[in-house]
Amino acid sequence: MSGLPLEGIRVLDITVVWAGPFATMLLGDLGAEIIRVESLKHFPTATRGIMVKPPKAAMKGKLGASYPNREPGEMPWNRFSWFNHSGRNKLSMTLDLTKAKGKEIFKDLIKISDIFIENNAAATMDKLGLNYQVLSRVKPDLIMVSMPAFGNTGPYKDYKGFAPVIEALSGHTLLRGYKDSDPSQTGVPVYHSDACSGATAAFAAMLALYHRNITGEGQFIDMSQAESMMPHLGEAMMEYTMNNRVLEPIGNRSPYSVPQGCYRCKGDDKWINITIASDEEWENFCRIIGHPDWICDERFSDILARAKSCDEVDRLIEEWTQKHNPYEIMHLLQKGGICCGPVMSEEDALSDPHLKEREFFLDISHPESGTHPHPGFIWKMSETPAVVKRPAPCLGEHNDYIYKVLLKKSEEEIEQLKKEGHIGTEYLVDDNG
Amino acid sequence: MENKEQINIRQPLHGVKVLDLTHYIAGPYCTKLFADYGAEVIKIERPGEGDGSRRLGPFPDDRPHPEKSGLFLHLNTNKKGITLNLRTQSGVRIFKELVKWADILVENFEPRIMPNLGLKYETLKEINSRLVMTSISNFGQGGPYRDYKASEIVLYGMGGAMFSTGLPERPLKLAGSMIQYQAGTFASVPTMGALLAGKIQGVGQHVDISIMESQLGSVDRRAQNILSFAYSGETAFFRSTRLGLLILPHGRYPCKDGFIEYAGAEPVFWPKWLKMLEMPELLNDPRFKDITDLTYKDEFEAIFLPWLIEHSKQEAMEKAQNAGVPGAALKTTEDVLNDPHLQERGYFFEIDHPETGKIKYTGAPFKMEKTPWKITRPAPLLGQHNEDVYHGLLGYTKEEMKTLRSIGVI
Repeated sequence: MSGLPLEGIRVLDITVVWAGPFATMLLGDLGAEIIRVESLKHFPTATRGIMVKPPKAAMKGKLGASYPNREPGEMPWNRFSWFNHSGRNKLSMTLDLTKAKGKEIFKDLIKISDIFIENNAAATMDKLGLNYQVLSRVKPDLIMVSMPAFGNTGPYKDYKGFAPVIEALSGHTLLRGYKDSDPSQTGVPVYHSDACSGATAAFAAMLALYHRNITGEGQFIDMSQAESMMPHLGEAMMEYTMNNRVLEPIGNRSPYSVPQGCYRCKGDDKWINITIASDEEWENFCRIIGHPDWICDERFSDILARAKSCDEVDRLIEEWTQKHNPYEIMHLLQKGGICCGPVMSEEDALSDPHLKEREFFLDISHPESGTHPHPGFIWKMSETPAVVKRPAPCLGEHNDYIYKVLLKKSEEEIEQLKKEGHIGTEYLVDDNG
Repeated sequence: MENKEQINIRQPLHGVKVLDLTHYIAGPYCTKLFADYGAEVIKIERPGEGDGSRRLGPFPDDRPHPEKSGLFLHLNTNKKGITLNLRTQSGVRIFKELVKWADILVENFEPRIMPNLGLKYETLKEINSRLVMTSISNFGQGGPYRDYKASEIVLYGMGGAMFSTGLPERPLKLAGSMIQYQAGTFASVPTMGALLAGKIQGVGQHVDISIMESQLGSVDRRAQNILSFAYSGETAFFRSTRLGLLILPHGRYPCKDGFIEYAGAEPVFWPKWLKMLEMPELLNDPRFKDITDLTYKDEFEAIFLPWLIEHSKQEAMEKAQNAGVPGAALKTTEDVLNDPHLQERGYFFEIDHPETGKIKYTGAPFKMEKTPWKITRPAPLLGQHNEDVYHGLLGYTKEEMKTLRSIGVI
């Protein structure tokens, strides 16, 4: 086995919420040293919790589900599932960047780092006086990835955008929906853009690294999360640019395969997705479920007929699926070459035999949250397999290493930095700002 | 160190060679990312039919034509295209010559195909020890579901957040083919990591991407839900009309001329909401003192919904954003193509193609200051670069190419 691909690369991370932390999680999985620079005086929402100290009422609600045993503990920011998922393999230090001394220390860190990634509102680094122009004077071959919602230029550059905002403005939201339904009635938002832009930022950082290895040059990367996701809407975009046509939502159906749907199964909230791509598959399907009579039924005999009577086809399929468990259906139909699979609940996923055999979930022990199965790596590499070197860091957990070992600060200096609110392990702000 | 002029026009992946054995969406999107940032990508297609996406639309004027598929054109920019029949011995031999040439091989066949062709990683490693081979598949290269069939919706249901997406009445998939694009995006990360490891350490390796797992380990709220479930036996996100974590609105609401989406349902946004509504007095309203208490949610909506109906989607968005509230108008594809922000950033990019003429495409996923994203050529016609590659790169004579063509190898 060899060293990990990014061993020896140091990444400074001022990322918040989901997209940015995902980018640095991936770089950490590839072996980079990730240093989260956090502030005791600013609680970035939806990162280490949506509240510093969530009240009891919130623990009873859905938010409480994100804490072990619904207990926020003394330091809830160290027990929050969203952060503890994407925090693996990272270090945490605390530093107040609004103070002159904080800026100075940050620049010292930049000097000994390779990559700096941030996904704050576009003006944040300018306001702090720590934008690329300033930082690249300190470290000329610095690679900086800045990934605000809509990029660093243009009329929306200062817009605040969580994933649902990005999905809405990039056109995904109106394309995603039940057929003929009111767009406000399609349920909770989705977060595809976080997943996409996080991974794209990791790719971008490595492109710059590759270039730096050859030329010695660093550079600035301006990534709009929305723009990184919009190519994923290729068919809809091309339909418009080729034919001036705006696609309508088609629910769970497919433009290429009929039938396709999400069908109710036996049990509480159990579902199976089925896609039938050809006449041959349709015939197999009819035989397997005991309805060979449908093969010759002129309402369903070929794809065009099935498309015309798709509501009826869906109804008949669901009559059958409702009598069976989704896993049974999957194994039965897949044996006959039919594409299908259960809509897995979190519980289903955690006990799924395929994922077990592939050892997807990782048991990680966290000092304040306990030992739990965590979602694993998104790749398997034969020579440089990813490893969990450490669980998600508690706030300020690695202050000692960073201030003493990396920055060579004396005990006196560290004491002073504690007094000034740079170094610590607890937030100095409450939920009123 | 190269001279300045070369550096100025250099793309980041200049000189990187990618052999592209992908089809449909996930694989081609991965290699598109490499091609658009400067790698030399040779895409192999089956003689005669080519990539299956050539049969899928959209097509100009809805007239199907293998050289005019919008999906294919979108996914294969900057690639060179050759035809090669891997079900012949000569085809396999030629493929191995190309493996010698390549730094990276990306394929997204069903996992049994490459070994059946005699082209599994262990064999190819013998030919090129530094080869990075990335295999993208539905369920990964091993495990009980390895040979199961999957589609966009099946993948989302098994790996992704579908169980918590949509209304209680029925789960709902994402639009289009998002999960396959996402898998291609994800695959670019370890592939690039492996390339760096290869260049520095001299090792090649096999990268296994399971589309199912890549979603489970991502951040589209599925992974967060899984860890929450492991923590407490429940999840924060579930199918419902709105995300009701707090009293603040979250989700989509009708306004005067369309719909608006609100995110940011966290306490820190509460005063900003009230600023947006121009109702600062509500800050002291005892009903809304504790915004984690949902008792007065309906009362708040009774104030909020009528306000929305008085505003257009653009106005409502601007008012929200000016007050620091994350709100967005729901845009149609047409709105997006004409969006002033994207226009100012020069996002959409016109590409000329011999069969379709000029068409606008989506642009750079990110802008690199020194090593640009660039379109040098449109997607290839079927077999367009056969001569370039077989004659120019591999040195076959025109005679030999004729023979290979006559027996259906190329």
